[in-house]
Amino acid sequence: MSLEGLGKSLRSTLAKVFKASRVDKELVKGLVNDLVRALLQADVQVDLVIDLAKRVEDRALNEKPPPGVTRREHIVKVVYDEVVKLLGGENVSSPVPKLGKMNVYMLVGLQGSGKTTTACKLASFYQRRGFRTGLICADVYRPGAYQQLKQLGDKAGVPVYGEPDGKDPVKIVLDGLELFRRSKRDLVIIDTAGRHKDEESLMKEVKELYEVIKPDEVILTVDATIGQQAYSQAKAFHEAVGVGSIIVTKMDGSARGGGALSAVAATGAPVKFIGVGEKLDDLEVFNPRRFVARLLGFGDIEGLLEKFKRAELKVSEKEARSVLMGRFTLKDLYKQMESLRKLGPLKSIISHLPGFSYGLSDELLEEAEDKMDRWKAIIESMTEEERVNPKVLNASRVRRIARGAGVSERDVKELIKYYERTVKLLKAMRGRRSLLRAGRRTGFKVPKVDIG
Amino acid sequence: MGALLEGLRKAFSSFIEKLGSKELSSKELQPVLEELKLSLVRNDVAYTVAEEICSEIAEKLSGVKVGRFEDVRPLVKKTLRQVLLETLKTSYEKGFLETVKAKVSKGEPAVILFVGVNGSGKTLTIAKVGRMLLRNGFTVCIACSDTFRAGAIEQVEILAKRLGVRAIKQTYGSDAAAVAYDAVQYARAHGINVVLIDTAGRMQTRRNLMEEMRKIARVTNPDLVVFVGDSLTGNDAVNQAEEFMKYVGIDFVILTKMDADAKGGAAISISKLIGRPVAYIGTGQDLEDLEPFDPERFVDKIVV
Ligand SMILES: Nc1nc2c(ncn2[C@@H]2O[C@H](COP(=O)(O)OP(=O)(O)OP(=O)(O)O)[C@@H](O)[C@H]2O)c(=O)[nH]1
Ligand SMILES: Nc1nc2c(ncn2[C@@H]2O[C@H](COP(=O)(O)OP(=O)(O)OP(=O)(O)O)[C@@H](O)[C@H]2O)c(=O)[nH]1
Ligand SMILES: [Mg+2]
Ligand SMILES: [Mg+2]
Repeated sequence: MSLEGLGKSLRSTLAKVFKASRVDKELVKGLVNDLVRALLQADVQVDLVIDLAKRVEDRALNEKPPPGVTRREHIVKVVYDEVVKLLGGENVSSPVPKLGKMNVYMLVGLQGSGKTTTACKLASFYQRRGFRTGLICADVYRPGAYQQLKQLGDKAGVPVYGEPDGKDPVKIVLDGLELFRRSKRDLVIIDTAGRHKDEESLMKEVKELYEVIKPDEVILTVDATIGQQAYSQAKAFHEAVGVGSIIVTKMDGSARGGGALSAVAATGAPVKFIGVGEKLDDLEVFNPRRFVARLLGFGDIEGLLEKFKRAELKVSEKEARSVLMGRFTLKDLYKQMESLRKLGPLKSIISHLPGFSYGLSDELLEEAEDKMDRWKAIIESMTEEERVNPKVLNASRVRRIARGAGVSERDVKELIKYYERTVKLLKAMRGRRSLLRAGRRTGFKVPKVDIG
Repeated sequence: MGALLEGLRKAFSSFIEKLGSKELSSKELQPVLEELKLSLVRNDVAYTVAEEICSEIAEKLSGVKVGRFEDVRPLVKKTLRQVLLETLKTSYEKGFLETVKAKVSKGEPAVILFVGVNGSGKTLTIAKVGRMLLRNGFTVCIACSDTFRAGAIEQVEILAKRLGVRAIKQTYGSDAAAVAYDAVQYARAHGINVVLIDTAGRMQTRRNLMEEMRKIARVTNPDLVVFVGDSLTGNDAVNQAEEFMKYVGIDFVILTKMDADAKGGAAISISKLIGRPVAYIGTGQDLEDLEPFDPERFVDKIVV
């Protein structure tokens, strides 16, 4: 995937907000549509997204911004607020084991979601903060489950109880708890087998475990890559064992983790940690601000707005008019790419946007740069007529251009497709003549944002 | 697979009904397509892929002239089927078992590399594939090329013992490619038909880990690369498939955990993106829980 997907909708939305001088229905609708798209691409449950969109639209249209805050800033803030609210607010505290007793946490979750790894990360996290921790393996199914926990526990310096050939998880856990009670552990973390809502006997088993142990906290691990099923799965776990908190794993990949939002909605439990790698210390206390920024595809809001200002491109009124009137040609696109490339390597531009840098490998960035360079070469290989009126591009012209630019025909077609999409978007924004008038007065500036 | 696909099927049949009573102008098509897109997303088709499918349908249907009282259902149905089958039935000249057979008949071991992100189900799937191959009369060994994740080697050893096959291993931290190479040599020396290589899970964004995987592929020159994906994955399926495709090439896809009430959308997303077929689906945690993926049946269930 190129940069195109990432945060693009949010960036173009903000661009619209920037260009508009006041908030009107159309603008809010456009913003809400882009929000919907961003959230769906981030794997948030469809129904949640639809609800959220309604609330944002309502508030954006009806609320008066507080003194000193512009309408436009207000909309961005509303979006942010609503998503944070879904997550249970800005303040997160990691659960602190109670003093003077042995605390018991139990990890549950789908197969492969990261329970065993996270159990050891947690044990290590609290051990480093002065708690005496212990681990129990209650997974009697997965081959090598005990060895996995044991090897990680050894690495963390945390004692592990388990029976490699045991068959009865309840008995194993009771024995383990007894042992750890005697060795005066402050916190014992129980790793359970992976299961899903339709595995009846396994769901029954975990319920039984829960009822016998009565853990202080049941923690659900949610894989950041999970899609729409996050909600129903989390709900089933909540009904069986009462989920107290959530840990989102694998946030070091490229997934945005919207499934966590669904899980929060299904359980009412807050997210407390995120997993950001396979190693023991790849565990971070959950930070809603950063999480939401990433979920929506933008970094810190201030930084982004700042970036927009800096990246503004002075254009003549004639150009502005032609862009807004839907006569956006490939020459305009070329100009946009050129000035973006002049700003420096994408990597450093992106580093101003914390949310972006997350899952973006150098390679992806290089790819985006490559693509821009390829596209520039393609436009350079076109005739003036083709640049101004790309409709004339037929198969033989595409072949000629591809040969001239030293790229594949697919590349050329991709560019044309991108161009057509942009034109469509601009057309949707057109008709806002008030904009042009405002632009004429103030020396209208077009933020160049789309970097395809 | 019946219940699993109920959601997708519903999505499509409501689409067909909506269209059936209208004329096919693009103005009328648009809102229905919007709805279809959301339904696809609900069923875990990645957003961008859902968009693409909708525009393909629109393209195929727009401008199509239908008589006012003519029943357009058959036409719409046909278009949907066509788009989905085109996506899922990405032609791959040979089937999975045929490829293995062909290689073995040359007197060489068939080497199969299993790759995927963390926890997708690679190791269990290898054991399932191992069982299937044994059933088909092949001899098998497994390379413990996940030398990184805690317990990975023991996991393979236990599964191999269950199958009664040999696990080729070194210690944790040793070179994954070297272990795989050893296994291929072992198979050659002992006339073993198939080498299944278990690799560590890796996020497609980790360049060095992706390079390590590429190295395993270079050293062993596998006959098949199998991408093991979790069927519960949402939009990230697209990114995963693309990156693994780019680094090692993918011949077949196996989607795991279909029993977890998975909606099946990932099959569409992945096939669309990389043009490779889903060969099997995982339907449980037993070694028997592997089923061939049948696109025709899949689509029949969706478009009724
Ligand atoms: N990149 C990354 N990998 C992770 C993270 N957490 C866990 N993993 C990996 O995900 C895979 C599955 O993790 P496990 O801890 O075995 O998952 P589990 O839930 O215990 O699995 P089962 O017991 O089989 O249900 C392993 O390869 C882990 O190393 C994370 O935050 N980031
Ligand atoms: N229900 C169900 N569980 C499955 C299926 N396939 C795999 N699993 C479970 O998913 C979990 C992870 O499977 P593994 O085979 O260890 O996954 P992996 O990809 O090798 O994991 P890493 O090596 O850590 O990346 C295990 O608990 C498996 O039992 C399936 O088709 N259905
Ligand atoms: Mg586990
Ligand atoms: Mg494995």
